[in-house]
Amino acid sequence: MAQDLMTEKEPLMEVRNINKAFPGVQALDNVSVAFYPGEVHAVVGENGAGKSTLMKVMAGAYKSDSGTILFQGEIESFNHPVEAQEMGISIIYQEFNLLPERTVAQNIFLGREPAKIGIVNLRQLNKQAHAVLKEIGVDSMISPTALASSLSVAEQQLVEIAKAISLDAKVLIMDEPTASLTSTEVKLLNDLISRLKTKGLALIFISHRLSEVFEIADKITVLKDGQHVGTVNTKEVTSEDIVYMMVGRVLDHYFPPLGSSEDFGDVVLRVKDGSNNFLNSVYLELRKGEILGIAGLQGSGRTELAQALFGVVPFKSGEIELRGKPTAIKNPFWAISRRIGFVTEDRKAEGLILIQPIRDNMLLAIRSLQSLFAFIHQDGIRQSRNMVSALGEQVDIRVDSYGKEAQDLSGGNQQKVVLSKWLASESEIFIFDEPTRGIDVESKARIHDIIRGLTKQGVAVIMISSELPEIIGMSDRILVMHEGTIGGELPAESSETDIMLVATGQNNHRTSSISVDPERGEK
Amino acid sequence: MTTLEKIPSRQMTGILVTIWKRVKKIPPVYLIFLVIIIGVSYLNPNFATLNGMLLFLRRASPLAILAIGQLFVVASGGFDLSQGSLVTLTVIGSALIIYNNEENSYIAIMILLGIGIIIGLVNGVVVSYLKVPSLIATLGMLLLVKGGGLYWTGGAPKGYLTENWRYFGRGFIENVPVFGRFPVAVIVFLIVVVIMTILFHKTNLGKQILAIGDNPRASQLSGVKVKLIRIIAFLISAFLSVVAGVMIGGYGGTSILAGEGLEMQSVSAVVIGGALLLGGKGSVPEVAIGGLTLEAIFSLLNLLGLPKPYRDAVQGLIIIGAVAYAAITSKRRD
Repeated sequence: MAQDLMTEKEPLMEVRNINKAFPGVQALDNVSVAFYPGEVHAVVGENGAGKSTLMKVMAGAYKSDSGTILFQGEIESFNHPVEAQEMGISIIYQEFNLLPERTVAQNIFLGREPAKIGIVNLRQLNKQAHAVLKEIGVDSMISPTALASSLSVAEQQLVEIAKAISLDAKVLIMDEPTASLTSTEVKLLNDLISRLKTKGLALIFISHRLSEVFEIADKITVLKDGQHVGTVNTKEVTSEDIVYMMVGRVLDHYFPPLGSSEDFGDVVLRVKDGSNNFLNSVYLELRKGEILGIAGLQGSGRTELAQALFGVVPFKSGEIELRGKPTAIKNPFWAISRRIGFVTEDRKAEGLILIQPIRDNMLLAIRSLQSLFAFIHQDGIRQSRNMVSALGEQVDIRVDSYGKEAQDLSGGNQQKVVLSKWLASESEIFIFDEPTRGIDVESKARIHDIIRGLTKQGVAVIMISSELPEIIGMSDRILVMHEGTIGGELPAESSETDIMLVATGQNNHRTSSISVDPERGEK
Repeated sequence: MTTLEKIPSRQMTGILVTIWKRVKKIPPVYLIFLVIIIGVSYLNPNFATLNGMLLFLRRASPLAILAIGQLFVVASGGFDLSQGSLVTLTVIGSALIIYNNEENSYIAIMILLGIGIIIGLVNGVVVSYLKVPSLIATLGMLLLVKGGGLYWTGGAPKGYLTENWRYFGRGFIENVPVFGRFPVAVIVFLIVVVIMTILFHKTNLGKQILAIGDNPRASQLSGVKVKLIRIIAFLISAFLSVVAGVMIGGYGGTSILAGEGLEMQSVSAVVIGGALLLGGKGSVPEVAIGGLTLEAIFSLLNLLGLPKPYRDAVQGLIIIGAVAYAAITSKRRD
């Protein structure tokens, strides 16, 4: 199929008949794709489809078992990522490789600092870094002397791109560049990608967000189970076509129906004027049976709000009422024992105990409520086995054994394990922080169904997401955060524009009387 | 049942495959132990007798108990380097308290267990609340206990250990059927293994120790009281160090060098027992066998006529080799 799309241009980079196997799985099965200069090429597919493996083979991080890589018409064989990098192929991973305690300039020119007799010329270094930042048009945003750790995720990404440009990259590969960006930041990145495109770079990116794939990609390659399903011109297809190619069937709906008024009950959680170092006078009410969506830009305090409600970083002032009684949420244990569950944003760092069996992950929260010296099978081994498999079925985890380590699961299954942990501890208030970040379409739909199913059983849900379609598709009410406070409340099915207006502080229907200085957020 | 009768040969292969899968799952420490025991028996035929085995177990039990204590700390993501000096303190402190009076023996053991609990508590609190890395905190405690112990006894062991105190380390129960005489130390060892296996593998405490060793942040966010669990792990290690100290003093008598270097031996034993040095994985029975294996390796080196310094060198090789092996074969992904 790739051959059909051959144009007059020579491909800048091409892979032919690539095979790559890992123990127990054929990650890439005879994959051939061509990438052209001045083109943005999206690679999509479900988790485990082989996207990242293909990118790593191209960038020299993996060696393929068979097949050829052509770069500018020559057959190449990379033994190390540095070889590919010197050739002009740069890759930006999902987890960045910046050194947090070094400056932007030091990171960009790491190992290549301008130096005389071993002494780094700092002035020259900063000057060169500024020039590179200017070349990609972000010199006004990022100072060469800023510490990498002081930058936002989006800014760090821009530094990674600057680094690639300074290495004279001709092919720039990005693994889910937008996974943790807010929509304004995505726009910034997309602008940059278009500019790099006109410079004749071949840009390749992996994404789970089809809307943005359609926005910026010229071509889309779909992988499924390690096989190349096809490469198509974006203009000639619809997103339904791509989803069909990805999953092999049409997904009839992305979101379950919204809740109806009879589902909603009493207010179970009320916060009045809640503040701490990150939050400023937060007011919110959460009712039984509803999904309260929380939108907002990166850094607007969404995660901090979740952490305050779960007692990780508690409110310092203000009033909290839990099921009608004034209280204070002191720490996670306290929150869990009051039936609050928190599905964290970063499942590997905060959600899972990765080298423990799935079953111990599922039972982690409920065990911490039980006595320390209680036996793990206090109701008999059969009882606990049944409990584990019932939980597994409830969230639809597909594994052959619950004794498998959590790290061996796909992202979607991992997220389901985290979810089942809170189901096991019978939480009545669920806080979801980015519940479907970086997981495949099918698991995503399944998790949405589960969340809605919970509300039907009377669970109250707070759902934080930076994906606006998810917020709009799932929420019965939407709170939009702005600069550490609730910028406004919007009804179900509000438009993306409405949400963005509040998120960027351009609205006038705030719920709280606290006025936020509009100048404060300016850089 | 009819299908089974129809295809008996397939059934047989099925059984064989299952057996082979089981064999493959046997932890390597058992095989290593077996190989070294065979080696020692070949060089010293006396070893291969029932009596020889029991005497070996009597000698090896304290190290295995220390290793089990060390496992609790290692699995929780730390190290306890104060074990050795606590053993020394137990031996010389008991001798001082007993002061040649048999009646004081059990009081001495109680006092030392109390001191052990306090030391474990301090280790745990310093690591959990003052955020001192356990390697440094317990290294400091090693020096503190060693110095404090020597100061207490005036620089040299005073008094001697009475027979009833030493019973746990070198005594025998006479007229046991089949065995004849059975070492008390082995009984203590078996009791410790059973209790600690249950505690580590069958209670919430054990699961939470593994959880905090794996990912303390995720554990905390799931309601695990990370600091408390960490303190309990250090308490158990210190408690078992005193138990091992009583046995070591019983076997070897008073010496200010009684516990010298034992902390590294117990870490080596934990590694041989297949536990992950960075926490999150380990098994009590396997680490107990790891302790026995290390002692058997020392016997082997003795029989081969190698001088004592080889012990240290071999331990160093074991730690580096085993950790490197674990790192290479580990599936842990970035």
